[in-house]
Amino acid sequence: MRRVLPPVLFGLLALVLWEVFVTAGRVAPFILPAPSAIGAQIVEQKQNIWDAALASGANALVGLIGGTLLAVLAALAASRSRFLGEVSIPFAAVVNALPIIALAPILNNMFESTSSVPRRLVTGIVVFFPVFLNLLRGLREVSPVHQELMRTYAASGWTFARKVRLPGALPHLFTGLRQASSLAVIAAVVAEYFGGLQDGLGARITSAAAFTAYPRAWAFVAGACLLGLTFYLVTLLLERLATPWKQRLIS
Amino acid sequence: MTAVVVSGLTKVFNQGRGDEVLALSEVDLTVGDGEFVSLIGPSGCGKSTLLRLIADLIEPTAGTVTVADRPAAQARREQEYGIAFQQAGLFEWRTVRRNVELPLELRGVSKAERRAKADRMLELVGLADFAGHYPGQLSGGMQQRVAIARALAVQPPLLLMDEPFGALDEMTRERLQSELLSICAKTGTSTVFVTHSISEAVFLSDRVVVMSARPGRITASIEVKLPSRDEAGRQAPVYFEKITEVRQALRA
Repeated sequence: MRRVLPPVLFGLLALVLWEVFVTAGRVAPFILPAPSAIGAQIVEQKQNIWDAALASGANALVGLIGGTLLAVLAALAASRSRFLGEVSIPFAAVVNALPIIALAPILNNMFESTSSVPRRLVTGIVVFFPVFLNLLRGLREVSPVHQELMRTYAASGWTFARKVRLPGALPHLFTGLRQASSLAVIAAVVAEYFGGLQDGLGARITSAAAFTAYPRAWAFVAGACLLGLTFYLVTLLLERLATPWKQRLIS
Repeated sequence: MTAVVVSGLTKVFNQGRGDEVLALSEVDLTVGDGEFVSLIGPSGCGKSTLLRLIADLIEPTAGTVTVADRPAAQARREQEYGIAFQQAGLFEWRTVRRNVELPLELRGVSKAERRAKADRMLELVGLADFAGHYPGQLSGGMQQRVAIARALAVQPPLLLMDEPFGALDEMTRERLQSELLSICAKTGTSTVFVTHSISEAVFLSDRVVVMSARPGRITASIEVKLPSRDEAGRQAPVYFEKITEVRQALRA
């Protein structure tokens, strides 16, 4: 309770200040709508927000899972081979520096306009890098004592990977996943700004804004925010379940 | 059977390069069955190198190492020894019990037997109540005890220890020394123990092997026969005489 209360109070206070600022300052709704107006739109558009969030959420989830699987495989390969490891890090850094979201219009042209694939691909690529880089770092960070111990146990390379390398890298994997989970939602939403199938939150935000229905646009932004938060919290929960030894240290 | 036979052992690091180091030169050492031998010497004298050679963690440049009448590499593969380092080196994602179980697991011991053995070892080091804890929840001394329990779990005929109590405070250190002695006595384990503490070496050992640096070689081998290895032993005149003898050998 004591951990939950302060941020909730702070959030409520911020909303009240926002409302007062907009009404008292007579701020035009196209600049900044009042939270009450956005709230009314959220209630009115409940079903639309839900449907759009499901569509964007599905894209983000598919991209997240696909990108993560690929990243895990790539990191395993790169950690096993010295050559791959040396080549992949600078390569990953360069590709990571590209604005991947900008690939969306190109990908949209490559597929049918009714296809969800482009958005999922963008999401998958965005997810790949934080997971790959973090996991690779984790896989490489094996303490010398552990290495020597496993040698005294006459453990094979595969046993070593399974018993030491992988569990030791789990916290790193989740550091990457935590970044990736929020990025996945952002990518899935923003990819829609560049065309393609228009059934998600991103498309709803642009069309509401195009009709100058700003409170409605903000209502969908709030939906995107909640969707991102859900992804993040589920990842945190998975992390707690998968790395119990970390949690016991904190509590 | 002899626990360890080392003969003509030479180790050169970075051979043929500019930074070539002669770590050990022509070392001969025999550790009898059930014998407790300490290696002592200034830092850089190659005592840890010698231990690692016995453990087959590194390869000798010349000479041979025999553990339990077998070549060191074979002895390692057959897990003829247990080893503990200065760092506990526990696997933080495994509970204390599962840490102790690991060497048994890799030997293919059944789950029930593994658990029974691990619990017995934990009891031996006084940590039975902490079997379900994670290493991160234990103090440094407790972690070291888990590492010793793990080294003993396969009930190896030989125990190799590289300054296992080096990072501990004096109180914990003395308690663990007594625990180690009683465990070795109970199980009849031979031990090679690397330390830089003279009093620790004298208190624990049947024989203290003194080494000199650059190149690392054995300069003295001092038999110790304490009347008893407990508080009374620590206060016996012979204990202090041996400490002086080792100190003089180190200075020579």
